[in-house]
Amino acid sequence: MKLSSKTSEMMKRVGPFNVLWLQAGGCGGCTMSVLERGASGLFEELRGFGVQLLWHPSVSEETGEEARAILAEIERGELTLDALCIEGAVLHGPDGSGLFNKLAGTGRSMLDWIRALASRAHYCLAVGSCAAFGGIPAAAPDPTDARGLQYFSSDPGGALGANYVSQGGLPVINIAGCAPHPGWIMETLLALSLGVFTRADMDSLGRPRLFSDHLAHHGCSRNEFYEFKASADHFFERGCLMENLGCKATQAVGDCNQRSWNGGGSCTQVGATCIACTSPNFENTRGFLETPKRAGIPVGLPLDMPKAWFVALAALSKSATPKRVRQNSHSDRIELPPVPGAKKET
Amino acid sequence: MSRIVIGPFNRVEGDLEVTLDLDAGVVREARVSAPLYRGFEQILVGRPAEDALAIAPRICGICSLSQSLAVVGALRAAQDLQAAPNGLLMTNIAHAAENIADHLTHFYVFFMPDFARKAYARRPWFEAIERRFKATRGTNLRETLPARAGLLQTMGLIAGKWPHSLAFHPGGVTRAIDLGEQMRLLALLAAFRAFLEKTLFAAPLEAISELENSRALEIFAEGRGAAGDFAAFLRVARETTLDQLGRGPGLLMSSGAYLGPNGHRFPRGLFDCAAGATRPLPFDAIQEDVSHAWMRDSAAEPANAETIPDMSRDEAYSFAKAPRLAGRAVEVGALARQAVAGHPLIRDLLAQAGAPNVFARVVARLLEIAILTQTTENWARDLRLGDPFCAKDGLLRDGPVIGFVEAARGALGHWATFGDGRILRYQIVAPTTWNFSPRDASGAPGPLEFALQGLEVGDEAASSVAVQHIVRSFDPCMVCTAH
Repeated sequence: MKLSSKTSEMMKRVGPFNVLWLQAGGCGGCTMSVLERGASGLFEELRGFGVQLLWHPSVSEETGEEARAILAEIERGELTLDALCIEGAVLHGPDGSGLFNKLAGTGRSMLDWIRALASRAHYCLAVGSCAAFGGIPAAAPDPTDARGLQYFSSDPGGALGANYVSQGGLPVINIAGCAPHPGWIMETLLALSLGVFTRADMDSLGRPRLFSDHLAHHGCSRNEFYEFKASADHFFERGCLMENLGCKATQAVGDCNQRSWNGGGSCTQVGATCIACTSPNFENTRGFLETPKRAGIPVGLPLDMPKAWFVALAALSKSATPKRVRQNSHSDRIELPPVPGAKKET
Repeated sequence: MSRIVIGPFNRVEGDLEVTLDLDAGVVREARVSAPLYRGFEQILVGRPAEDALAIAPRICGICSLSQSLAVVGALRAAQDLQAAPNGLLMTNIAHAAENIADHLTHFYVFFMPDFARKAYARRPWFEAIERRFKATRGTNLRETLPARAGLLQTMGLIAGKWPHSLAFHPGGVTRAIDLGEQMRLLALLAAFRAFLEKTLFAAPLEAISELENSRALEIFAEGRGAAGDFAAFLRVARETTLDQLGRGPGLLMSSGAYLGPNGHRFPRGLFDCAAGATRPLPFDAIQEDVSHAWMRDSAAEPANAETIPDMSRDEAYSFAKAPRLAGRAVEVGALARQAVAGHPLIRDLLAQAGAPNVFARVVARLLEIAILTQTTENWARDLRLGDPFCAKDGLLRDGPVIGFVEAARGALGHWATFGDGRILRYQIVAPTTWNFSPRDASGAPGPLEFALQGLEVGDEAASSVAVQHIVRSFDPCMVCTAH
């Protein structure tokens, strides 16, 4: 669907685009992330698109009985729910009761609330990897039987079941990430409000392609070190983090190194290894900070690269590494800057 | 006697339910419940020790870095490691940014919107306050949210992103910055200072941190700072007698904040309001009680405790355990930090009111914003760019260690036992676990429960706005409370 043909429709939108945001078994970090959004702040940007927050636990005035009244109205179908945003995993335990996470003041589990409200929602969004796939609360031994809305790890299912589609005809939209970039959340929400977000905009795991068409590795500031396999041995060194220090940016989706986080950063930019937080099951890594190897070769190779090629190219590029790159890779700062016309040596 | 349940109690971090037993319009007993349990301690056990750096921050999206730094503290203790001085400074800059952003979010997004409620519609100040502080619509949000995001850009330089970063290690931070980046840090802090001095305080930060007593505060509110949001709060607070609301049990604790090359910026200790004096903090007197928690019995000392849920306990009403210091409920947070540090304004506010209260808690947070912003500027200037930013990891010693840090909301402790490079035990006691603890075996209430007792709510019952003020004055973080 073309944006131009819809823009005029938006201008004619009679009612607001109603959003309800609830927090389940998570940490609130997705909300903290989205609060960073907008040149004039989150709420101005939402208003600019006619998006109305029916209720959000962190920011809305209504509390207790007033909040329960809003939820009841939505549940009865008396208040239009254009988008249901769930942050946090859906806790099924103990014994399928969901009672590890009751919605305060209601006596009902979030599991129960989410199932009831999702049936009313025009679109349903899992905000963050917990709501999408289970995330950190689902890490072994998964003490609370935590699942995503429509996935348990990478298996379809979850709290709403594999066959769930929202009133608007889409499965759950999985804005993965721990926490997701504020842009991933807002751009998806705004595209939905304009009616231009379709099934074709989602990848095979329900993630918006606006970020999942890229690998976190793309645009990494350590790219020259990666090319030459000039690898860091310690986290404070400038070299590539992939070979020794657990970095999964060549396997994890996300445009992390193409858009800036907090005004100019990214995990790999500062030497914080990529733990593939947009991927199902990232939480079950054992040894986040080191690269598992077999016979000296990293087990997790770049997403679609044949092992033999990786080994051959790595050997070749290591032997071709310029002295400048090798030396800088083992330093916490640039010791040898690039010098035009310098003698070429490896 | 009647019982009312308030929930979802929002504009706090995480899930909160408050139950009040009323007798003739007066709160006789309060029960505070953390209704979410995720099992982080169970998840951590058995993993490689360093994995706690990836897992523990995700307990909380608002205190994420504090959780990271408690892990760092535990690992550093187990490695007998001296961190690089630059690493400590960079860590403190990032940690201060998180804590200042939290204080700012609390004031503008969580706390002040309650004064824009209809309950106050007849007050002379209502229209101005409503325009400025109405939830999601107040005019402040156009300035404060971008200022918050601007401050958090320091995280882009130091942490890569916020929340949830792996840039903080026992030896320091993963990235040495260069001259340009140091200037960017200073420019971000200068922009944030400009926002504070124009909008929040309408006065130089130095004028705030130098306020000496409640009289000086009154003069400030009517005089040089009158145009700021702080002064607007001070005037409303006087008219609504917030200093008489939400009186805590009076024992205040700080575990020591912002460890630098020369020790803590704010010291460790206990302040007893009744005695008006500080004394050393005996860590080994910290115990946890599970008599009213949905938790199985376990050792009382955090170092030996386990956290296994048990929903069958008759008396239980929360997933939070009840931490006690030598058997006493303790309040933590900015008020405690500044009381222990001996700030004259805070000491005077406590002396005047005779107990911790809603007003003093909010003032202490805003005061801390002013002090910390200045301190952070100094930290950024003190960096020696030619020196290391991170020391190499040492060998991880087997046995028990403690990592303590002050989160925005107060003392956060991680008790870890390592063996063979793995986590054998892990126990977390978070700030709001202290403040919003349930009763203990003796029936003694936690600090919030104590602070709500005796409150007159009259016919308003659950809609009493005083209850909202008292609860939010603690700036609870429920996702940390039970984890």
